[in-house]
Amino acid sequence: MKHTIKELEDIASQIRRDIVRMVHGCQSGHPGASLGCTDFFTALYFEVMNHKTDFTMEGAGEDLFFLSNGHISPVWYSTLAHAGYFDKSELATFRKLDSRLQGHPTTHEHLPGIRIASGSLGQGLSVAIGAALAKKLNGDHSYIFALLGDGELQEGQNWEAAMFAPFNKVDHLIASVDYNGQQIDGPTSKVLALDDLQAKFEAFGWHVINTDGNDMQAIVEGLHYAKTLTGKGKPILNLMSTQMGAGVDYMMGSHKWHGTAPNDDQLAKALAQLPETLGDY
Amino acid sequence: MKKYTYTEKKDTRSGFGAGLHEAGKKNENVVALCADLVGSLKMDAFIKDFPERFTQVGIAEANMIGIAAGMTIGGKIPFTGTFANFSTGRVYDQIRQSVAYSNKNVKICASHAGLTLGEDGATHQILEDIGLMKMLPGMVVINPCDYNQTKAATMAIAEYEGPVYLRFGRPVIPVFTDPDQKFEIGKAWMVNEGTDVTIIATGHMVWKAIEAGEKLAELGIDAEIINIHTIKPLDDEAILTSVKKTGCVVTCEEHNKFGGLGESVARLLTTTHPTPQEFVATNDTFGESGTPDQLMAKYGLDAVNIVEAVQKVINRKKA
Repeated sequence: MKHTIKELEDIASQIRRDIVRMVHGCQSGHPGASLGCTDFFTALYFEVMNHKTDFTMEGAGEDLFFLSNGHISPVWYSTLAHAGYFDKSELATFRKLDSRLQGHPTTHEHLPGIRIASGSLGQGLSVAIGAALAKKLNGDHSYIFALLGDGELQEGQNWEAAMFAPFNKVDHLIASVDYNGQQIDGPTSKVLALDDLQAKFEAFGWHVINTDGNDMQAIVEGLHYAKTLTGKGKPILNLMSTQMGAGVDYMMGSHKWHGTAPNDDQLAKALAQLPETLGDY
Repeated sequence: MKKYTYTEKKDTRSGFGAGLHEAGKKNENVVALCADLVGSLKMDAFIKDFPERFTQVGIAEANMIGIAAGMTIGGKIPFTGTFANFSTGRVYDQIRQSVAYSNKNVKICASHAGLTLGEDGATHQILEDIGLMKMLPGMVVINPCDYNQTKAATMAIAEYEGPVYLRFGRPVIPVFTDPDQKFEIGKAWMVNEGTDVTIIATGHMVWKAIEAGEKLAELGIDAEIINIHTIKPLDDEAILTSVKKTGCVVTCEEHNKFGGLGESVARLLTTTHPTPQEFVATNDTFGESGTPDQLMAKYGLDAVNIVEAVQKVINRKKA
């Protein structure tokens, strides 16, 4: 381990503070699933992935990460800043004019750490597969990680990609699903039920594991375990249970904080629950 | 009128297949993807020589565009292949976000464009693809005119860094350009110098323009014919130089009059050198089943239609 679980939890607390401050700062953005995925991003960038903050687009010899549900950009930006890709002071520019931190992630402003635009949903798994195929052709055995939203799985392109990857033995790919059961219009079970995602992906030929995405120990162990399953002919799907809004009590468990910014009082209430561990931006 | 002859007829898609094979030999980063239309796209030679660099994605065009975008991150130069309809309209948002906005080095290669796809009918005959693709910021749009030019264009785009839309077709048509030509993206080709009218043509319409030029010569009209193979970026200078000399212009394309080459030329001329212009293009319509020749005649894309448009625009110039 590069860090203790306590150290990782402290990093996650700071990232959660950044998320609510960033979204408050521009009065727009998506705090709910950003908070829900904070432990995953922390585990990935500070423990699991082999990556360099001296960013190159190709990332030869490095593990690569692709975010398909681009609206959770606040958690990614804060993670990248604390990992060292750019200065954390830039987080204050989120969603503001002339910023590299666009509402949804993009390569267009050349923000280090971003390799493809995302936001229009359902495209990231295909891109991750393409990056994995290129690595294979280059003789580079690094891992490709991807994160997909659960509501996003209603987009058909995901299932084109889900069919392609096992058939073509794209087996250095570890895709995680942010399984929070919520989307803009309500619970996924009411909008368009996903039903048994494990059975669906297994039927397509994936090796499916289940993790608790808000338990740092569990997510670190789960991602390390996922790595041991690679190279055996099957892509890996990490079905990761999370709570939308995790870490801020009044945001938890509801779709209402999917894309809503806290006001001044709500911000103060949220920050009181999230210790400042690495220094605010 | 300069004399153009040909000894054989070939399809432009075969020019693509040959160009892809050559590009593959030249650069090991060139890879190809296809959505279940390998034979139609003439990818066989590439696949035979470079099987590990070919990806069959099945009937899943959205996934193909995403995979291609992802492969560029590892330094690959992906050429995607399917019909023009499925290369553009079907996957517009995938191209917009994962390729154009992300500035990925993907070459979207589209066969069976336009009416000349023929008997399959309107579901497969896209006449809107040039418009769709030229509106995307940063997208290069190329529509070559014969086998040799398509082969040269395919090899040229492999060496260009950035997203490209390459449009070609199904029918066999005369091969009349130089087999050893150097293809320069964005550079017009002067087919025939003349003084009375400028005919600007792209794709299959270039040979029709040559046929029209011969008929016009018999009528005493000296037509300048320019081949615009690159619709974006447009060769402004070649067009302006010509219309300043001739004073009127006819644009010819196997595409809807809305959003195509003609509108790009009109935008250039209205903002710099207002000039009478006529459009030989389809008139905001879908196609239908029929042979390519029947369809080109019915929808007004023959040499005779170019001749009529020239006579009309010259009258407007005189008025």
